Amino acid sequence: MKPPRFEYDDPTTTEEALDLLAQHGEDAKVLAGGQSLVPLLNFRMARPDRLVDINGIEELSYIRHDNGTLRLGAMTRQAAVESSDTARQLCPLLVDALHWVGHAQIRNRGTVGGSVAHADPAAELPVVFSALGASFHVRSKTGPRTLSPEDFFQTHRTTSLEPSELLTEIEVPVLPAATRTAFVEFARRQGDFALGGAATVVSVDESGACRDVRIALLGAAPTPIRASDAEDAIRGRRLDEDAAREARVLTEAAITPTGDIHGSGDYRRGLIATMVYRSLLQAASNRGEAA
Amino acid sequence: MGSATFADDFRRPGMLHATILRSPFASARIDGINAEQARALAGVMLVLTADDLPGGGPAIPMRLFSQPGMEEYLQRPLARAKVRYVGEPVAVVVAESRYVAEDAAELIEVDYEPFEPILDPLVALDAGAPRVHEHTDSNVAGAIVISNGDLDDAFDRAALVVEERISCQRHAAVPLETRGLAAEHDPATGELTVWGTAKLPHVNRRILAQLLNWPAERLRLVELAVGGGFGARGEVYPEDYLVPYCAIALGRAITWSEDRGEHLQATNHSREQVHDVALALSEDGTFLGLRDSFVNNTGAYVRTHGMVVPGMSAALLPGPYVWGAYHCEARQVVTNKTPGGTYRAPGRYEVNLVRERIIDIAARKLGIDPIEIRRRNLIQPEQIPYASGAHTDGNPVIYECGDFPLLLEKACERFGYEDAVRWRREAVKREQRRGIGVSYFVEKAGIGDYEYARVELARGGRVVVHSGAASVGQGVDTVLAQICADALGVLYEDVEVRHGDTRATPDGMGAFGSRATMLGGAAVSQAAACLRERILELAGRELEADAADVELDGDRLAVRGAEERSLSLAELTERAAAAEAQAGSNEPGLSEEAWFQCRDMSFPYGVQLAAVEVDEETGSIDVVRYLVAYDIGRAVNPMLVHAQLVGGAAQGFGGALLEELSYDGDGNLVSSSFMEYLMPTATDVPDVDILVTEDAPTPLNRLGAKGAGEGGAAAVGATLANAVSDALGVEVTRLPLSPSHVAELVRQSTATQ
Repeated sequence: MKPPRFEYDDPTTTEEALDLLAQHGEDAKVLAGGQSLVPLLNFRMARPDRLVDINGIEELSYIRHDNGTLRLGAMTRQAAVESSDTARQLCPLLVDALHWVGHAQIRNRGTVGGSVAHADPAAELPVVFSALGASFHVRSKTGPRTLSPEDFFQTHRTTSLEPSELLTEIEVPVLPAATRTAFVEFARRQGDFALGGAATVVSVDESGACRDVRIALLGAAPTPIRASDAEDAIRGRRLDEDAAREARVLTEAAITPTGDIHGSGDYRRGLIATMVYRSLLQAASNRGEAA
Repeated sequence: MGSATFADDFRRPGMLHATILRSPFASARIDGINAEQARALAGVMLVLTADDLPGGGPAIPMRLFSQPGMEEYLQRPLARAKVRYVGEPVAVVVAESRYVAEDAAELIEVDYEPFEPILDPLVALDAGAPRVHEHTDSNVAGAIVISNGDLDDAFDRAALVVEERISCQRHAAVPLETRGLAAEHDPATGELTVWGTAKLPHVNRRILAQLLNWPAERLRLVELAVGGGFGARGEVYPEDYLVPYCAIALGRAITWSEDRGEHLQATNHSREQVHDVALALSEDGTFLGLRDSFVNNTGAYVRTHGMVVPGMSAALLPGPYVWGAYHCEARQVVTNKTPGGTYRAPGRYEVNLVRERIIDIAARKLGIDPIEIRRRNLIQPEQIPYASGAHTDGNPVIYECGDFPLLLEKACERFGYEDAVRWRREAVKREQRRGIGVSYFVEKAGIGDYEYARVELARGGRVVVHSGAASVGQGVDTVLAQICADALGVLYEDVEVRHGDTRATPDGMGAFGSRATMLGGAAVSQAAACLRERILELAGRELEADAADVELDGDRLAVRGAEERSLSLAELTERAAAAEAQAGSNEPGLSEEAWFQCRDMSFPYGVQLAAVEVDEETGSIDVVRYLVAYDIGRAVNPMLVHAQLVGGAAQGFGGALLEELSYDGDGNLVSSSFMEYLMPTATDVPDVDILVTEDAPTPLNRLGAKGAGEGGAAAVGATLANAVSDALGVEVTRLPLSPSHVAELVRQSTATQ
């Protein structure tokens, strides 16, 4: 349980980090909160030649309300977002989901950007950012890029980040007032990677009909995916038991999650569909106006 | 707080670090090992393979319940020519740091020729199956048959026979502190010291001395603080030989600590059994006969416990019931998995599941309430002492005390069984189903023949207990101090307990099998009683009174009715020393020792009850209420008894719901970290109600106390399996009740409705 030898840099500015990544990117790993990378190092499953530790870059840690968006610096600790009034007011879904990320000790160290860049399909934050239509801001010496979740998440623990690039900010659009959200997941124990989950964002018009519907699924595929069939079926309808039940059936037909020792693919398919059903009913009951 | 020294905290000057290279294959021939690169790495002090050890390394012997021929299946410290499980030690590396040692271990080239592993114990029984140990003629390392009564007649007469295959999954103790030890050879004194040995310091010293060919009197074992034992920690493992061996070879202090990944594949596994059980009943639910044939998958080697696990299973499968006939065939089977041993309630967690499940299956068929069918078949108080007809390691099982019906009634009352039955029938949310489960079980406590104690009144008036028992974090210091204070008539605060150092205590057995209070406590009580007599006699002489007229109250001795004639314990020790010096005594000091002998085991017993809600959609189980009722004979420290039972139940919940050591088809341990091997944490364990009764003190020791260590764990698998079966109306036949397993049961349940 000791990592193999590696070189170590601890830049204090983003520019410095980008210089290092430009020079060593192919052989380097970025160390943020370390909640996934450090165990991988200790198990000798990850063997980078160099670690670029960005914990000392203070300019990457912030929570800002800016012109209709919530901006989160990549190094912002998950616990800081969880306890932020700004985040709770502007994006309750994000805070709801953060309660499910590991345990308090993990969230004290774990960062928002780290979880996104690690791209585990069973992690909460990538799913929530997919449901919210967030933008991922990326920088390198050759210039900045902005990526959608669909473009960012490539497959299991793989993103479209180039070795020379650093994820610097997550920008979350602030939802209109009549939007209801819900995050549900099921894990074998509190704090474990979930066996399945769903993040739901629904806006409802004056007649009570759903307008925008976004449902992102946790653990259904190698990346966060949307339950498009379910979304289509609900749009324009009242969010009630029947709609939720139909969404569940459509989701179950649409996904093919893989199994592991904690649950077979079959089991997860049914479970994730149940999570969609429950998240819709929970969204309907949130703020009390619907259904 | 925070000041205890655990094995991995222990440091000596210039200490080196060891690491173990382990087999990546479940079954492979070793065609060659090249360690040259590893030896050449800067900072590496020593690399050893089996060929470097005397005679290739000694076989680690069984310390309990061996059978002729079983020695063919023993493990040696390092694999010779063949590896038989993933994680088997192949080489040991000693270096200046653990980092360098692990780097070096990666440089060792081992040429393996892998074979198809045998993982399923039933496949291992096939006549054509390859032998795990090619020099033996069978994968059955040992077997036990217990048979009494006319089984054929019982089954012929039966109105109902139920048969089922019921299995328990492989899981393990997994103490929070992994194994670790440090060893140092002092060339000046010739003494070899090993720190971090738990559970059995004196027994392990004897075994280690024999393995190392080292005089026992120059081998010292020291316990240190222990973060959990539960049967697995404190046995002699390969590393317990390798680390001291390297310390002698290098003349340096060496430490080794197991990491969690290693622990899961190196430390004893347990609980993997497959039973084919049949129960014959009359129409009114009377048990006529019980027939069982089972395999215990002990993995690649027979370790120190020999036949203990299957032996305990066969001995205690009958439980608290009267059987017309009982027949049990047990086989200890070797496969290419991590070797097995005991884990809290060894062999009983498994058979309680088997017996209590088959009873419920029969009860449902007969339409008899689960409590009622048990009530009808319990051994009655007037039948006690009761020879169950079973035996273990040649000793008959005799339930020496007990009132089984009384505890069942008390448990039902405490649990509110009638209310629970009503609660179960209430309307619930669509996806929820409710169930109630009960199990009744007989435990065993106190094993290992004898325990040693010396109680000393030291100069200054302090009382010091030297015990041969050991601490595994169970609170033995507290209990022994209480017993001593009681027997001696002094204050608890004035008693100091010492144990776990073979140099300080001449003899002892240790802490295992729920024995520390029963045997360790009885020895302390006996020694303290003798010391009390001497103190009173001496005080009588000093106070010029009859010993019978002297009273000891706290730290003061006084003559009854003339309290002004008094002296303190401290003064007594000073005067005694002076008197002895004057008299030219050859035995200075006030000290008494005792060996408490007890070859018979005690059989405490318990009832567990659960109320559960099953979520049909997710397969999750919410344990709404849980009760452990247990007759302890006499609770020396009710708080510790309570904690033992709750802690045991927590581990039982792990085995029932979460924990499983899973292998893939190649014999790789898939549950190789805490991401895959799920332990219950504080938030996963429901509130456990504890009912401790003292209705049946054991006649086996002067305290009347029976062991409390294992009753909490023993029947949680059984109880929850019964509760979930009741909720879903289908029969649970294996553990754990993981969400996907429960979802499968829900499907079966929906299909049959």
